[in-house]
Amino acid sequence: MLDTELINRTLSTALTTGGDFAEVFVEDKRSSSAVLDDGRVEELTSGRDRGAGIRVVVGDTTGFAHTADLSEEGLAGAARAAAAAARGGGGGVREVNVSAIDVPRGTPVRIPPEEVAKATKVGLLTLANEAARGSGSAITQVSARYGDSRRRILVANSDGLLAEDDQIRTLFSVSCVATGDTGLQTGRESAGRTVGFELFDETDVEEMARRAAERALTKLNARPAPSGAIPVVVGPGGGGVLFHEACGHGLEADLVAKSASVFAGRVGEKVAADCVTLIDDGTMAGEWGHFAIDDEGRPAGNNILIKDGVLTDYMWDYLRARKEGRVGSGNGRRQSYQHLPMVRMTNTYISNGTEDPAAIVADTESGIYVAQLGGGQVNTATGDFVFGMTEAYLIENGEITDPIREGNLIGNGPEVLTRIDALGNDFAMGSPGMCGKDGQGVPVGDGTPTLRVESLTVGGTAT
Amino acid sequence: MSELLELATRVAGWAKDGEQVEAFVVHERETEVRAYEGEIESLSSAESQGIGVRVVVDGKQGYAYAGTLDEDALGETLTEARDNAAFAESDEFNGVAEPDGVSPSVLELFDERLALFSTDDKVALAIELERATRAADPRISGIESAEYIDTIYESAVATSTGIASVTRETGCYVSAYALAEENGETQTGFGFSLGRHPGELNVSAAAADAAERATRLLGAVKPSTARLTVVLDPWVTAQLLSIIGHTLTGEAVLKGRSLFADRMGEEVAMSSITLLDNATNPDAFTASMVDGEGLATRATTLISDGVLQGFLHNSYSGRRSGTASTGSGVRGGFKGAPGVGAQALVLSPGTRTQTELISDIDDGFLVQEVTGLHSGVNPVSGDFSTGAEGLRIRNGEIAEPIREVTIASTLQRLLQDVQGIGNDLEWLPMSAAGVSLVVADVTMSGG
Repeated sequence: MLDTELINRTLSTALTTGGDFAEVFVEDKRSSSAVLDDGRVEELTSGRDRGAGIRVVVGDTTGFAHTADLSEEGLAGAARAAAAAARGGGGGVREVNVSAIDVPRGTPVRIPPEEVAKATKVGLLTLANEAARGSGSAITQVSARYGDSRRRILVANSDGLLAEDDQIRTLFSVSCVATGDTGLQTGRESAGRTVGFELFDETDVEEMARRAAERALTKLNARPAPSGAIPVVVGPGGGGVLFHEACGHGLEADLVAKSASVFAGRVGEKVAADCVTLIDDGTMAGEWGHFAIDDEGRPAGNNILIKDGVLTDYMWDYLRARKEGRVGSGNGRRQSYQHLPMVRMTNTYISNGTEDPAAIVADTESGIYVAQLGGGQVNTATGDFVFGMTEAYLIENGEITDPIREGNLIGNGPEVLTRIDALGNDFAMGSPGMCGKDGQGVPVGDGTPTLRVESLTVGGTAT
Repeated sequence: MSELLELATRVAGWAKDGEQVEAFVVHERETEVRAYEGEIESLSSAESQGIGVRVVVDGKQGYAYAGTLDEDALGETLTEARDNAAFAESDEFNGVAEPDGVSPSVLELFDERLALFSTDDKVALAIELERATRAADPRISGIESAEYIDTIYESAVATSTGIASVTRETGCYVSAYALAEENGETQTGFGFSLGRHPGELNVSAAAADAAERATRLLGAVKPSTARLTVVLDPWVTAQLLSIIGHTLTGEAVLKGRSLFADRMGEEVAMSSITLLDNATNPDAFTASMVDGEGLATRATTLISDGVLQGFLHNSYSGRRSGTASTGSGVRGGFKGAPGVGAQALVLSPGTRTQTELISDIDDGFLVQEVTGLHSGVNPVSGDFSTGAEGLRIRNGEIAEPIREVTIASTLQRLLQDVQGIGNDLEWLPMSAAGVSLVVADVTMSGG
C-alpha cells in the first residue's frame, strides 16, 4: 500500500521530537450496501475511505494525527503534528528500517464481493422480503439489508514491524414488524462473517427472513416479562453477549490499568464457576471478529482468559504489553485510521459443556428461557451489566411455555460468573455484533452452549 | 461563496437532464486531549473531510461517498451514485429537497475564539479537569477519563434544484468520568460542561458533578422489587425524549413502525406535556440553521398539552404524506443519505425544583443513570426496560443509594403517567434538552 522507503522516512520524521515509539497505520476501506424497505429496493450506497493515522509515544503520552493525503508531504505533515503533540527531551535523527513479518493467514476469500453484480446482491433482498411477507398476513413491514466491506490495512512501527492485512466482511439482516390486537412487535435475524459472497452458500436468506418473521409473530402473544431475580436459561449462541458484558470488557488491560475494572489484580484467583472456560480468539477463520493482524500489526491470538473458573490473563494491546515487557495478545483494534487503537475483544466464547440442553430446561422449575439476546452494556468499575432479550419465554414446571415481552436483564459480573450452574453440550456461535467502546465500533463475535444462571434480575413489569 | 459551497454547487451542477443531484460536503477539525495522573495521556489533532452524493433519476435513488475532496474523487463519486440508482426501485416521492422559501433563522453558532485558543491551553484545561476531579472528594480513587474535545465544523449542501446552504459551527466540551471508593466498593459518575468556545466551559462544575455523582452512590444496595414513582434526572429524561423522537418521525409513521401512527389529535400524554423539536434555539447544543437537506430548520410542535399535533418530516416523508418537510432531514455524516429525525427536542418546563418535586413523594426512586437503552427499549412496540442506578426517595427526602435494578414500563404508559415536570431545563450533548420528570407506576425490578 505504501513504499517501504516512504514508511521509513515518515517514521523518522515522527521521531524528530524525541519519541520512544512511532507508528503508521494506513487503511483503504471500500464499503457497499443495499437496503430494501417498505416493499421496494430503496437505495444502494457505496464509498471509499482512505488515509493514515500516525502516533508518537513519549513516556506515557501519545500524540496522534491523521490524514487522507497519502503523499510524502501529507504523511510528513501528520507525522510532524503527532510528534508536536508528544514532545520528548531528545531530538535529532533516528533511522528506522521496517521489515515485513510473517503472518498466518486464514482461508482465502472465495468470492470477492466487489466482483459480484449489484443486481445479484439486490436479488437477495427481494427474496428475503417475499419470504418474510409469506410467513403470515400479520407481517406488516419488512426491511432487509445487505452490506459488504473490504478493508486493506498496513501497520509499520519504529520497532521495525511491517505487516499488512486484507479483511473482507459480508453481512445480511432482516427485520420484520407484526401487527396484532396488542400493537406492534418486531423480529430480527442477521448473519455476518469475515468471508466474501460465499456467505450465501451456507446462509439461506429466505430461511433467515422466515425466522425473523416468526419471532415477530410469536411476540404478538407475549405476556409482560416477570420482574425480580429468577433462574435464567440462555440458549446456544446467545449467551456470548452475557460474557462479553459480564467479564469481557473487564478483562481489557487498559481498563484494568486504571483500576476501572472489578477484575483488576485478580489473575490466578477463582472468578467463575468451575465449568467456565472463556477464550478470546481472533484466529477463528471466517468468524465475524476474525483478522490476520490486529490494528497494531500483531498476529491475532487464541487467548485463554478464564480456565476452569480461574482468571488466567487479560487482553492486551501492543503498547501496554510493550511497557509491561510481555507479549501482546493481538487485541489492539480501532474503528478506522482516524482513531487511536485500544484493547478490544475479537471472538469471545465459552467452551462447550457436557450437559444435555433439554435436561437443563427440564431441571428448571420456574424461570425464563432467553432464545435471542439483543446487545448489552457494562460498567466495568462496578461490574454491573445489562443485556437485552429479544426472544424469550417463561419456564414453568421444567417446560418452555409462553413468550414474554422484551426487556433488559441486569446482574453483577463477578457474582453472575459464580452462579453459572449448568453448561450444555450444544456450543454455537451467536449473531454478528458491533461492540462500542469510547465511541469506536468494531465487529465482534461470540459463542456459548446453552447455559443457566441460577439467579439474574429480569427487568419486566409483571410482579 | 465558501469554498465548500462552491464545490458542492459545482458537483450538483453536473446533473444531466431528468436527473437530480445533491452534493453534501464536510470539513471538520477536531482536537482531543486526555489527561491522566497530571500528564497528557493522548493528544489527537484531526482534520477530516468528505463528500456524499445522492442521485435521483426516474424516481430511483442512489448514494455514494468518498473520504476525500480530491478533484478525481468528486466525479467518481457522482458516477458511482448514478450507477447505484440504476439498481434501486422507483418511488414517485423520491427526490432531493426543493427551495421552500423559508429563510433560516440567523444563529451565532461559530465562535472565532475557539480557533484562536492554543493547544497548550487546551492541554491545561484537561489537566486541570483531572486534578479538580481527583481533589473534589477524598473518596475519589481514580479517573477513568478526563478529556477536552473541540470541533470546528463546516458543511455545505447544494442540489440541482437550487438548494445552496452552508453550516458553520464550533463546539467544545470537557468531561470527566470519576471512580469513587470506600470500604472496597467502587462507584462511578460523570460530569461535563459544554460551550461554543472554551471560555464558556466550567471545569470546576464538571469536576464537582463527576465527584458527586460517583460518591453519592457509595454504599448502594440492591432493593427488592417494587412498583413506585420515579424521578428521572434531566440527563435521563433527555435520553427518553430522544427515543420518543424516533417514534414521531414521518418515516416511522409511513412505514408502520410508529406506535403513534394513527393517533394524531388524540391525547397521548398527560396534559402537562408539550413537546417541541426546535433546532432554531441557539441554546441547544445541536442548534443549526439548516437541516441535512439544506432547508431552514424550524420549530415543530409534536405534542401540545398532551395531544399529538405533528410528526417530523424530511422532503421525502413530507411529500409522501401530502405535506411538506419540517426541516428535519438529518445526516449521520457524509456516508449516507439524509433520514428524518429530531434535532433539538424540548419539553415545556414546570415551575418547581427537583427538590420540591421529590418532597411530594413517599416512596420513590431518583434515577441518576440508565443503561442498556439500545438493548431493552423497543421504539416500535413501546416496551421500555433499562438498567438504573440512583437514590431512593423516602418520605419526601433523598435516602439510600440504589444499584443493579431495572426500571420498566412502556413508552405509551410513561407519557400518560407523568406527574410533574421540573423547572431545571438544561441543554445536553444530544438532540434533546433535559428536565426533571416525575413518572408514577414504574416497576423497579431488584432482588
